[in-house]
Amino acid sequence: MSILVNKDTRVVVQGITGKTGTFHTKQCLEYGTKIVAGVTPGKGGQVWEDSVPVCNTMAEAVREHGANVSVIYVPPAFAGDSILEAIEAEIPLVICITEGVPVRDMAEIRRRLYFKNTRTRLIGPNCPGIITPGECKIGIMPGYIHKPGRVGVVSRSGTLTYEAVWQLTQRGHGQSTCIGIGGDPINGTSQTDAIRMFNEDPDTDAIIMIGEIGGSAEEEACEYIKEHVKKPVAGFIAGASAPKGRTMGHAGAIVSASGAGTAEAKFAAMEDAGVAIARNPSEIADALLTVYKG
Amino acid sequence: MNIHEYQAKRLLDDYGVPVPKGYAAQTSREIETAIAHLGESQKIVVKAQIHAGGRGKGSFTDGYQGGVKLVEGREAALESANRMLDNTLVTKQTGPAGRKVQTVYFTEACEIQHEYYLALVLDRETAQTVIIASTEGGMDIEEVAESSPEKIIRVPISTTMGLRHHHCRRVAFELGFSGDQVKQFARLLTGLYNLYWENNAMLVEINPLITTDRGDLMALDAKMTFDGNAIFQHPKIQQLRDLNEEDPKEIEASKHNLSYIALDGNIACLVNGAGLAMATMDIIKSFGGEPANFLDVGGGANEDQVTAAFKIILSDPKVEGILVNIFGGIMKCDVIARGIVAAARNVDIQVPLVIRLEGTNVEAGKAILKESGIACTPADSLAHAAEIITTQVNAKA
Repeated sequence: MSILVNKDTRVVVQGITGKTGTFHTKQCLEYGTKIVAGVTPGKGGQVWEDSVPVCNTMAEAVREHGANVSVIYVPPAFAGDSILEAIEAEIPLVICITEGVPVRDMAEIRRRLYFKNTRTRLIGPNCPGIITPGECKIGIMPGYIHKPGRVGVVSRSGTLTYEAVWQLTQRGHGQSTCIGIGGDPINGTSQTDAIRMFNEDPDTDAIIMIGEIGGSAEEEACEYIKEHVKKPVAGFIAGASAPKGRTMGHAGAIVSASGAGTAEAKFAAMEDAGVAIARNPSEIADALLTVYKG
Repeated sequence: MNIHEYQAKRLLDDYGVPVPKGYAAQTSREIETAIAHLGESQKIVVKAQIHAGGRGKGSFTDGYQGGVKLVEGREAALESANRMLDNTLVTKQTGPAGRKVQTVYFTEACEIQHEYYLALVLDRETAQTVIIASTEGGMDIEEVAESSPEKIIRVPISTTMGLRHHHCRRVAFELGFSGDQVKQFARLLTGLYNLYWENNAMLVEINPLITTDRGDLMALDAKMTFDGNAIFQHPKIQQLRDLNEEDPKEIEASKHNLSYIALDGNIACLVNGAGLAMATMDIIKSFGGEPANFLDVGGGANEDQVTAAFKIILSDPKVEGILVNIFGGIMKCDVIARGIVAAARNVDIQVPLVIRLEGTNVEAGKAILKESGIACTPADSLAHAAEIITTQVNAKA
């Protein structure tokens, strides 16, 4: 009951021997995620924490260990290259947690993802990762706030997602899969991509979309919802009170001087698409429950 | 990261984009040296250097009008520059406080036949660079886009292929150039693109791009923004950062890996995560309060960072209350609570403090706050927290 990752997912960690990679790999292993390999160039042949084999290259991790999802904790200067290495190794899914990847690197990567022979989907960068509760946690989110169930959650923000997930869990509603798509201006998977997957997933009955000011990802998603989605959807947009022309923490969260990407425009698009709107971040789950009874 | 006009023009010159001769000065002594370089009887433009637009129509706090002046001869230039230097310029983009002018720039004036607009910007939706050009230069391009969108030329450049000659020709012809101007424009745009791409710029803008009375192209004003995440690759660009143009609280925050942005309200927030921080500002506003700042302490905030965050918040005299909102995930609530207690003992907090903790080890966290005896009001939900702090602050007002 999920999209993209489940109990059979075989994960490779790029940057497993670093401090961040080590810490979060332990957390994911504790949750029950199947981690089959790590990649740190120059440390191939070592065994991380007496449990996970380390490879020099992604090609080796895929070939020798059958990895089918990669997660990246590599520092920002090298993260772009790590994503490209994973794409060339033809791994089906790459999740880049790293914050601060230069936007020009991301522009090149996005164009690479458009190549006809590309077999990879990218999630992130600058995201908490993806979790199918009870089966597979890949990334930095706290596992215990989640609960297996039938609500799909997609979000541009990390802790705000935890907030929404926790509200759902406390009200007795579990999640099919939760995806953090990241707060950067150019990313791999859009709100629309995630909503399409949830819409097509027989084990997802309802969807929560959490957006932020800046860009037009939520407006595009609303076009798709209006056209294709029959499942109940609720949404929230962070940043209604943010001033124009200042980026609010996430590089992608900026309302341009001309006013494009405002919270009001996004709320209006949601209303038009029949999405249940939470005007207040503490009412995200309640907004969904007005249109979804579970 | 933004840079000054005079720095942008030096970069343009390095990349073969024609700019008028210019000299920058930061002291009255340097002003004299700069003026000595200029011709005796010619027209001179004196320009205050701040990171904000609308300088020409701006005014100084002592009543002097205009941050961009066209004057006749050295004497007038000297007088104008001395009025601008160390004076505070207010424009529609600076806010009422204005910005202190610490550099003055002199350029030789030139005869203008026509003013154009030219920019390169990264379009997030298509992940491509777009050339934006217009025959309506010298004014606010967003106003042109609004009132006469047909006058905006947009040409995308493939991220993988880069700028090609046909792009240059197309824009040149659409702007109405002919003959040698087309060749000049191609050289200029190629230089501009190389500057943009090689230095990880997010925006390079020439406004106005002019044709002189002899029909030659020249960049009269320039604005550039570089990707802060890539600046480590470009030490030369990094040196152009002007800390005087940034809020000292924001500089202090960046030293502690905190993301802080000063706002105009009186309720400070301290939150982990950018999205949750924005949502916290929103909810304060929805209860009739005004947020004093955006502050993201990040996912792994420690005691030192929380202490630094409190100090930064309290250095803003407008702050009359603080809302702490932490969703403890990987960073457990008890660790955060110890940080808050230590910070509260370290920093003298004289204003109401409302704390909302949720997530991992929340009970332990709440117990630590209670036992510490620090003056604070606990809240169970985000809405509850926002309600308490706005009520407390508004009651005082």
